[in-house]
Amino acid sequence: MNKNLVRLLQAPSVLMLLLWMLVPLSMTIYFSTTRYNLLYPERSGFVGFSNYEFFLTDPAFVPAVLNTLLLVGSILVITVSVGLILAVLVDHKFPGRGIVRVMLISPFFIMPTVNALLWKNMFMNPVYGLFAVVSGFLGLEPIDWLADFPMASIIVMISWQWIPFALLIFLTSLQSQDQEQLEAAELDGANALQRFFYLTLPHLSRSLAVVIMIQTIFHLSIFAEIFVTTGGGPGYDSTNLAFLIFSQALLQFDAGVASAGGVFAIILANIVALFLIRLIGKSLVI
Amino acid sequence: MIAGKSKSLNYLRVAAAWTAACVMFFPIFWMILTSFKTELQAISVPPLVVFEPTLENFTVVQERSDYMRYAINSIFTSFGGTLLAMIVAIPAAYAMAFFGGRFTKDILMWMLSTKMLPAVGVLMPIYLIAQKAGLLDTRTALVIIFAMINLPIIVWMLFSYFREIPTEILEASRIDGARLFHELRYIILPLTRGGIVSTALLSIVLCWNEAFWSINLTASDAGTLTALVASYSSPEGLFWAKLSAVSTLSCAPIVVFGWFCQKQLVQGLTFGAVK
Repeated sequence: MNKNLVRLLQAPSVLMLLLWMLVPLSMTIYFSTTRYNLLYPERSGFVGFSNYEFFLTDPAFVPAVLNTLLLVGSILVITVSVGLILAVLVDHKFPGRGIVRVMLISPFFIMPTVNALLWKNMFMNPVYGLFAVVSGFLGLEPIDWLADFPMASIIVMISWQWIPFALLIFLTSLQSQDQEQLEAAELDGANALQRFFYLTLPHLSRSLAVVIMIQTIFHLSIFAEIFVTTGGGPGYDSTNLAFLIFSQALLQFDAGVASAGGVFAIILANIVALFLIRLIGKSLVI
Repeated sequence: MIAGKSKSLNYLRVAAAWTAACVMFFPIFWMILTSFKTELQAISVPPLVVFEPTLENFTVVQERSDYMRYAINSIFTSFGGTLLAMIVAIPAAYAMAFFGGRFTKDILMWMLSTKMLPAVGVLMPIYLIAQKAGLLDTRTALVIIFAMINLPIIVWMLFSYFREIPTEILEASRIDGARLFHELRYIILPLTRGGIVSTALLSIVLCWNEAFWSINLTASDAGTLTALVASYSSPEGLFWAKLSAVSTLSCAPIVVFGWFCQKQLVQGLTFGAVK
């Protein structure tokens, strides 16, 4: 086919994405070097790197970076392992399989804001929440989850939502596995564990790469769940980068510093992306 | 002996599956249940499972905010954004899958990496642009943004499906003189229908649940259901029954949609893993 036609077919997607990325990005970089506070629009002008300095020396900065990475890492570990177990559990015919599958994947369709409010109010509330009621019933001291373990609570909420996604991808992949190969291995005396580790896991490697890639993309900028539950607190205990930038921009009205943070977050995202692509990119685009 | 053992193992597996399903679904069940309680019943300790259901919360929600308008906005923007993205993504994925060059891989990875940019980082510029263009609080703005944020994943998924088509089929059709449009229309699209449908389904779900842009760029006119829920979250946070009612109303369409399409989703999300 004509080379130009090939380019023409790709052009709309590439150009739209380029616009979508470059225009706001250059504006963000521009804002990040100016004094730009929404409360004092008359103060303006070039300030060099002082916004960056301000953002990077913010006491919330280091915790925010660590929390961002902790969120991505722990949610990945939980969703991948639980998702895999569940996928193996439902990957055979049994009574009510359709209903079980529907129930298992439902959390994926719930809105992040609803998810967060649901857990915050009805489960983690220290007085009326179900967890508090159950621990009271067992004679234990009720725990104020969001105040005492804010990160763990947020990890639970988001994992609940994303386990179904990992499950869906793994289940799809399991169903495409060569059954005859499995039976042959069984005849040759391989037990269930051996079959799983030597045949099924390698078969799942690509879907594993997919799950890691997509979830990292979504979890690097977790926002809604933190916004409606802890507000980044207590202190900075559950502040991630996305939320820190948000609070600079919309709570302290400092668009300059927020933009500097945005640039930093973009750099961090690119480092993670590069790392990921090195790690699993190969198996993604074959 | 062995048969007996594997049979009981099987029962265990089924029991475990059912238990897991109940645990995973319980929060949703509890939300729906709470939406039929009065506010007092909602916070009673111990929690009530048997009670006289009331529709009061739903009436209050409907009186206070026009549910249908938000729902229509959600439907319009999720389907519109998905459609727009599919229209530009299908030709691109087609070209990449069958006529890929040296840089195809890099382009794909670059596309995916744009997804990693945190939206907050570019909120200011996008807000200002939308303001200048008169697109604040319009469904058009959301359709464009939804298309942009899902485009990378859509291109990538379609690329994987297209790669699964054996090139021999295409070569044969080209020898038969099929032109580009006919090739897309009569060979590629029918062969990858499952993949295309599940890509669109995933995109619709992601758009429906998108919260950041809908909350920050819309007000009363183009507000979607995520914005509606958010508007009930802060001042009404203490009214669990009403919050549950509005949440149930907002999630129900997409959850039911997901239930109907789950077969399609389970078969479709291969990302090219079937070889």
